[in-house]
Amino acid sequence: MENQMKIAAKGAMASRKRENLHFSINRSNISKRVRRNNFYRVLFSLSTVFAIGMLMILLYQVWIDSVGWLTPGFLTRNLSIFPEKAGIHGAILGTVYLMLVVIPVTILLGVATAIYLEEYATKGRIAAFIRTNITNLASVPSVIFGLLGLAVFGRLLGLGSSILAGGLTLSLLVLPIVVVAAQEALRAVPGFLREGSYAMGASKWTTIWRVVLPVALPGVLTGGILAVSRAIGETAPLVVLGIPTLIMRIPKSLGDDFTALPIQIYYWTLDTVLTREYANLAAATIVVLLIVLFMMNSVAIVIRNKYQRRF
Amino acid sequence: MTNEMKDTGIVYDVKGLDLWYGQDQALKNINMQIYKNQVTAVIGPSGCGKSTFVKTLNRMVENIPIVKIGGEILYHGENIFDKSVMVEELRTKVGMVFQKPNPFPKSIYENVLYGPKIHGIRDKKVHMEILETSLKAAALWDEVKDRLDDNAYGLSGGQQQRLCIARALAVQPEVILMDEPTSALDPIATQKIEDLINQLKEDYSIIIVTHSMQQAGRISDKTAFFLMGELIEYDDTSKIFSNPAKKQTEDYITGRFG
Amino acid sequence: MGTQTDVRKMIHDNIVNNRNRVDKLVPRILFLAALVSVVTTLGIVATLIFDSVKFFQMVPFSQVFSTELAPLRAENPTFGILPLINGTVFSSLIAMAVAGPVGLTAAIYLSQFASERVRNTLKPIMEILAGIPTIVYGFFAYSFVTPILMKLIPDLGAKNVLSPGLVMGVMIIPIVASLSEDAMNSVPKTISEGALGLGSTKFEVAVKVVLPAAISGILASFVLGISRAIGETMIVTIASGSSKAFTYDITQSMQTMTSYIVEFTSGDAGTGTAGYYSLYAVGLILLLFTLVMNLFAQYISHRFREEY
Repeated sequence: MENQMKIAAKGAMASRKRENLHFSINRSNISKRVRRNNFYRVLFSLSTVFAIGMLMILLYQVWIDSVGWLTPGFLTRNLSIFPEKAGIHGAILGTVYLMLVVIPVTILLGVATAIYLEEYATKGRIAAFIRTNITNLASVPSVIFGLLGLAVFGRLLGLGSSILAGGLTLSLLVLPIVVVAAQEALRAVPGFLREGSYAMGASKWTTIWRVVLPVALPGVLTGGILAVSRAIGETAPLVVLGIPTLIMRIPKSLGDDFTALPIQIYYWTLDTVLTREYANLAAATIVVLLIVLFMMNSVAIVIRNKYQRRF
Repeated sequence: MTNEMKDTGIVYDVKGLDLWYGQDQALKNINMQIYKNQVTAVIGPSGCGKSTFVKTLNRMVENIPIVKIGGEILYHGENIFDKSVMVEELRTKVGMVFQKPNPFPKSIYENVLYGPKIHGIRDKKVHMEILETSLKAAALWDEVKDRLDDNAYGLSGGQQQRLCIARALAVQPEVILMDEPTSALDPIATQKIEDLINQLKEDYSIIIVTHSMQQAGRISDKTAFFLMGELIEYDDTSKIFSNPAKKQTEDYITGRFG
Repeated sequence: MGTQTDVRKMIHDNIVNNRNRVDKLVPRILFLAALVSVVTTLGIVATLIFDSVKFFQMVPFSQVFSTELAPLRAENPTFGILPLINGTVFSSLIAMAVAGPVGLTAAIYLSQFASERVRNTLKPIMEILAGIPTIVYGFFAYSFVTPILMKLIPDLGAKNVLSPGLVMGVMIIPIVASLSEDAMNSVPKTISEGALGLGSTKFEVAVKVVLPAAISGILASFVLGISRAIGETMIVTIASGSSKAFTYDITQSMQTMTSYIVEFTSGDAGTGTAGYYSLYAVGLILLLFTLVMNLFAQYISHRFREEY
């Protein structure tokens, strides 16, 4: 209310000013204001250009550094202390294994949480508490999730720096993303579909399972993909968990130690001091990582556009 | 709900029904009897409680959390608010069709069989039988029999509404509630639904909310006139439209308000 | 009519048999799933507090709030957190010096000047910036931005806080821009159109009408940007190094709270030592910093939310 009045008052002031100006108005003033307007439009558009330009420079730089290094052999070879012989086969597998943990865990927990909050506990203090909790959890720095993973999964449950420990840590980290996306998708399911189901004598869960969830699925999947692509690039929690880089062995089960793409980038970047070629290896790995992320995001966009239903 | 009770010819016996949305009373002391194999029209200006009333008959109104209900509604002699009544079963006996066609975003086949499937009928032969009977009864079979696997949203509005009727018929209800079923349809589609209603009353009791008095006049046997949450007048449709007992009814029908 | 009775009976039997069985169980299972997020929070808080307590038992408060940080010194290690807070504040300030003005003016451009078509092209590209893993920005800062800065500033260290600060700023631009744009878009069109109708230019409307009306959302976006900068780990770990000196010289290496945590977990601080527990104490203080920032952001966007 107060603000409304303030704005109204401001408007009144502005128009009063104009009334006064009415007599002293002159064209040079207007053209000055227009010129100022154009100046700032260009200036502000430069901010956008700057941001996008930085993105372009970043991509270009990474690409330049990787040229000649991103070969088929790079993808299929394993680690080596000689840069020319090094490859990221183990890191790719490690990332894939990590996702084998992250995808089912986050999607199941995330969707279940979202259904609980949107369909069952719409009111009440517990639900409000869980909601606040998820909002705040989403803003906890990822490195702190690493500390949690280290203390709980690594030490308490004795999972060490295994795939399972890393995967569970990353799952908790990206869980809020899935929950929020799934909540939005559930909320977007029109009420008349639920009504149609209830009117057939369907129970609440039957309605959710057979009608609401299938309609919400594209939204849930989009959120899931975004969450997983966030997890793929996460480095800090894994480093804190103590994921070693020099894994020559290929992991065979979820309990094995592993390395992953971002970890590989991290250590190679640090080692640039020793050998300049490591920067090329890091860049080549980044290109692989970015291509994976780009593909996942494209899939998410395709799903969103294809199945976005307008009722 | 025993079979003998049906023979009285009374499907619903509403006794002293009150309903509140929070503090606002939407239905005030409604008393009326609804008869078997008849079309009962519920008319009145918007906000009069006619939709609320119909949604109370299959307890859909209870999906709104702030609703409070007093009085009773006897369905074949049994109070539907009784603890022993299973809402799910009540709703299979009392089907409902909504204002806006609301098929599920699934195939025509899946839409019709939604009810039978969720209620545990898995026999494929029974499925096919139900599918054909329901679609025929809803006068849709000839139009869709070659594309049962197509998505329901590919149908026209009128076809979608008939599909919703078929969906309701698939669990073999006794009563069909219709909440302004033609308000979103063009005149030709409306005509088809009205014809359908005339056929359906052979086997079902139909309670229809309508904002169109002409429609009530064309299709119903009995008409109930609601105003401000009260049942003003309830009688044979011919009587209501030719010689209403209450002044408010006459005013409404002659278009003096509403 | 033969099947008619069959179907009704089948439905009746089914409903009687299954009455509420699944429907009673499901909410309980879902509730347990929802509890995972709560347990995670409790786990984080418990872990941090539990081990921090041990740390504070070993190290006196007066030492913690000093500027001397030498955790790995064989004799007499000291744990002053101020160098880390200093590093965190500096890197965040540098980042916001980029992300604040650029993000805000980009938001003004997108919401007030750009046509629908331009906006729909530019926004997704900006969002790509936000989706790039921070490790990639770290690489970019260390192997591209730092060398360029070294040419401009001869005294710049190979590890310095300036370069990662700037790059972090670029990373945060989309966060500030998109939240500020949301805030400006929620100012009713009628108000800005009214001002335009009075003959104001778009720039005048943006600065004199929309900006003041959206100020709470804009401030909140800044605070969230800062919070993001405080918690950011990989960029500073890679490019700012691990100098524990207390300095105000942004051309030199500074360690942030986050990179201290990374250094120590990947290093070999033995379990049970003060060095090991210091991780958790730093983690706790870091968590408090970001939590306060986020609550503050929520507070200003609620407290000053415009009512129309």
